[in-house]
Amino acid sequence: MNLQYIGLKEINGPLIFLDNVKGIGFEEMVEIRLDDGRIRHGRVVEIQGDLAAILVFEGTRDLSLNNTVIKFKGRPMEIGLSKNVLGRVFNGIGTPIDGLGPVYVDEYFDINGQPLNPVSRVYPKNYINTGISSIDGLTTLIRGQKLPIFSGSGMPHNDLAVQIVKQARLTGKDATNFGIIFAAMGVTNDVANYFRRSFEEAGVLDNVVMFLNLSNDPIIERLLTPRCALSAAEYLAYKHDMHILVVMTDLTAYCEALREFSSSKGEIPGRKGYPGYLYSDLASLLERAGIVKNAKGSVTQIPILSMPNDDITHPIPDLTGYITEGQIVLDRDLHQKGIYPPIGVLPSLSRLMKDGIGAGYTRSDHQPLMNQLFASYARVMDARSLASVIGEDELSPVDKNYIEFGKLFEKHFISQGYINRDINETLDLGWKLLSIFSKEELDRTDEKILDEFYDHQQAVIEFDLEHNLLKN
Amino acid sequence: MNEVYSINGPVIKVKNATDFKIMEKVFVGKEKLLGEVISISDNFTIIQVYESTTGLTPGEEVINTGEPISAVLGPGLMGNIFDGIQRPLQTIYDKSGSFIKPGTNVACLDMKKEWRVEFKVKVGDYIRFGQIFGVVQETSLIEHRLLVPKNVFGEVILIKPNGSYILDDVLIKVRDKNDVVQELTMVQKWPIKEPRPIESRLPLTIPLISGQRVIDTLFPIAKGGSAAVPGGFGTGKTMMQHQFAKWCDADIIVYIGCGERGNEMTQTLEEFSELIDPKSNKPLIERTVLIANTSNMPVAAREASIYTGVTIAEYYRDMGYHVAVMADSTSRWAEALREISGRLEEMPAEEGFPAYLPSRISQFYERAGYVTTLSEKHGSVSIIGAISPQGADFSEPVTQNTKRFVRAFWALDKELAYTRHYAAINWNISYSEYIGDLAKWYNKQIGIEFLEDRQRFITILAEENKLMEIVKLIGKDVLPDDQKLILEIARVIRVGYLQQNAFHKEDTFVSLEKQMKMMKLILYLERVASQVLKEGKAFSLLLNTNMFEKVIKVKYDIPNDNLDLFENYYKLIDEAFSAIK
Repeated sequence: MNLQYIGLKEINGPLIFLDNVKGIGFEEMVEIRLDDGRIRHGRVVEIQGDLAAILVFEGTRDLSLNNTVIKFKGRPMEIGLSKNVLGRVFNGIGTPIDGLGPVYVDEYFDINGQPLNPVSRVYPKNYINTGISSIDGLTTLIRGQKLPIFSGSGMPHNDLAVQIVKQARLTGKDATNFGIIFAAMGVTNDVANYFRRSFEEAGVLDNVVMFLNLSNDPIIERLLTPRCALSAAEYLAYKHDMHILVVMTDLTAYCEALREFSSSKGEIPGRKGYPGYLYSDLASLLERAGIVKNAKGSVTQIPILSMPNDDITHPIPDLTGYITEGQIVLDRDLHQKGIYPPIGVLPSLSRLMKDGIGAGYTRSDHQPLMNQLFASYARVMDARSLASVIGEDELSPVDKNYIEFGKLFEKHFISQGYINRDINETLDLGWKLLSIFSKEELDRTDEKILDEFYDHQQAVIEFDLEHNLLKN
Repeated sequence: MNEVYSINGPVIKVKNATDFKIMEKVFVGKEKLLGEVISISDNFTIIQVYESTTGLTPGEEVINTGEPISAVLGPGLMGNIFDGIQRPLQTIYDKSGSFIKPGTNVACLDMKKEWRVEFKVKVGDYIRFGQIFGVVQETSLIEHRLLVPKNVFGEVILIKPNGSYILDDVLIKVRDKNDVVQELTMVQKWPIKEPRPIESRLPLTIPLISGQRVIDTLFPIAKGGSAAVPGGFGTGKTMMQHQFAKWCDADIIVYIGCGERGNEMTQTLEEFSELIDPKSNKPLIERTVLIANTSNMPVAAREASIYTGVTIAEYYRDMGYHVAVMADSTSRWAEALREISGRLEEMPAEEGFPAYLPSRISQFYERAGYVTTLSEKHGSVSIIGAISPQGADFSEPVTQNTKRFVRAFWALDKELAYTRHYAAINWNISYSEYIGDLAKWYNKQIGIEFLEDRQRFITILAEENKLMEIVKLIGKDVLPDDQKLILEIARVIRVGYLQQNAFHKEDTFVSLEKQMKMMKLILYLERVASQVLKEGKAFSLLLNTNMFEKVIKVKYDIPNDNLDLFENYYKLIDEAFSAIK
């Protein structure tokens, strides 16, 4: 239906309202031509009889009630894709902005995607070796997983994401054909450039597709940016058998755009003004990770999210955590101590790792080592909070031992800088650190495994512990 | 013809229609999207649509069906995986590939498959609603008992011989007192929002044993009872539901993945197909029905998924089975209610949830129960609902309202989960009101000491909680020796008893017998240790015997099938402590 409509009934924020329209579909795309020839895009968000509400992506500036011509496209928002998108840069709604002209289109994709049938999923099991001890060892990233980085402003989440991209190595047989999709949502020019430069340095730029909606770009486009990016990811993964890593930053900016859109529609707000469907909306993005039967590729997501005021109970990190398969939480205390990457290991978690580690994947001692490290490090926290009340000197010898372990663990295991560590190196280091305890203290571990990996003498020498360790 | 007038997400309106009924099933538009009538006024009929409405146009037709949204009940449910409106996902996958497209119409059950029926009635018998008229071996574990559907009462005038039939075949003809002849097949429909009738409710006196120590011992749930598992993300709700589904001694599990992760449902499906039920040596999937409405599937179908699941559970209960329903998570269901309520512009109550949230929650949990069925058998539906409270704050409306209607409350704790103490059930705020009702069973089946020992455990843990306040201020070293012992025993209980390793083959399921022996051993250790202290020996000497660590590892070191090993530990303790000079 190529009817054109002249004039509007009402303009309110990013929404325009149109009267006397017939035969248009819900969520249909719209083209808006201004009288000076500029073209904007929009989408039908509500229909009441012959009244339609349209969301304008590029904003409603300069629009008046009678200077527009509106054309309904008759189909939902689509993005044209082919393998040629690799190496290209697009804006938030999938238009190329790198000056290289339009891309050849092989197939049009509805950017909203469709829910993946749980029956057609393959349960992800192959891990991705990131070369970062606290991730590989304690919150292992699995191919097909969605594992966000929960961060705060001023923390090095971007560096961490870049390091993961640079170092990530797939494991298993079909470990080639790797691609990266980068979706910037409301980040600054600097950040986008930093990612671009880093991809260039890593020599992967030809395998990267970038979708940029920067902080000064129209906010409503931001709602489409991740959807375009994920459509490209699904296309490359399922049609071209590529293993795609999607880095999205910053999810918080996306949610704020959604809140703005929701309030301009006059919807009833939920917690902190975010719409009640924030969970479903985030799920419609984040659930687009996975592996599908009959396709060799996979979509792995690493969304970056800055927690407002470092508050993990804020609706955005809270709802995200309920959808994603774990989270990597950055810790401001560690950051201030100069530790990089400042990963707070206790609140961090990877839900899929339990089936992707151990014999055949990483090493058979991985699971017990991880349990013991978590348990021991948790006791460090107890000892520290006690020390902050009664002073370190007054602690019992056992607690002092834990304080020492905490220091060493943070200094050697968590803090590794930009070095790429092999999984074996990571696991051995873990056992070495645990070996500073007496054997009885390691109560989460089987005797058999301890016999193989426990070596107190070695640990004492390695960490130079002669004088301050108890030897009862 | 009724036409679509307005569209707002999953909510559509039809103008000036008079022929709709509340809760009626309708088909919307060219693609025949499934919908349900939720409100009628003289101007507008409001319909919620269970599929994506993208592309729907005003003016498209809305067809009414005259019947409510119903579950289709019959052989073929068991071992299958459905979406929230009972469409079989495997069939959808075979038909339309990896992605679920709107308007996919498939039959709920396999209509072509032949089932071998053995009849339990004969010509001349009078049969009525709820009675069993035949049986079908549905899976190697489950005998499907065919029930007479509603509104059938009369004399059997025709019956097919025992043999193989498809679901649609007429098996029996019944003539009622008005000489009307009704035909019975293997399938029947039941409205998902209406509880199936029963003969009478029975008191809840038998526990649902799960082999999870913290639950069986401290906070048990009765067969026919209901429990809530609230916990922030990462506290192990899903893990706990899985453990329960795998090990609890119900005959049948209905697992509802409501608004949760797709990969998790796939895992459940794969795991249950591979896992062997220790009692029957058959895959667990043979006694499981899965309902998967993942978080990215349409929100209205998420609301329906809970009802679909519990209706299927009630159907098997009516055959005389004990059914356990796992709902993960009821918060997503409540959010679906909120989302639809928001689209209807209803006046919100707390945190945007509709004012009818408590009544909906109670209607769901009240479908649990231990009953005498219409066919004079005993059966039960137990409901275990996970809750995902916002910000792990238990004062939010879903947790608070659920607490009013369930009698077991297993609160999962972030701090415990951070230290990887699973099951992360916080023993200080969790409770079970069933313990009084179940006391008789425990005393008779396990032994009178069980509940006494349990009480002692609770006392020790409460005491530890109090002492920790002091320890946090001044450290452990200044406590007198007898209090140090309390702390140490509490640690043994926490690490050696309450904490349970789901990945360890001896520890993932623990029989009640071993649970009791473990309790006894720990309390024996306490008694002997406090005796030694009274003799004036220093506490540190006790610690040096290493007996506490040894008892902690009993959970791994004594296998379920060799409980005689416990005797050795008593000897070890005696020897170690008497050797203290």
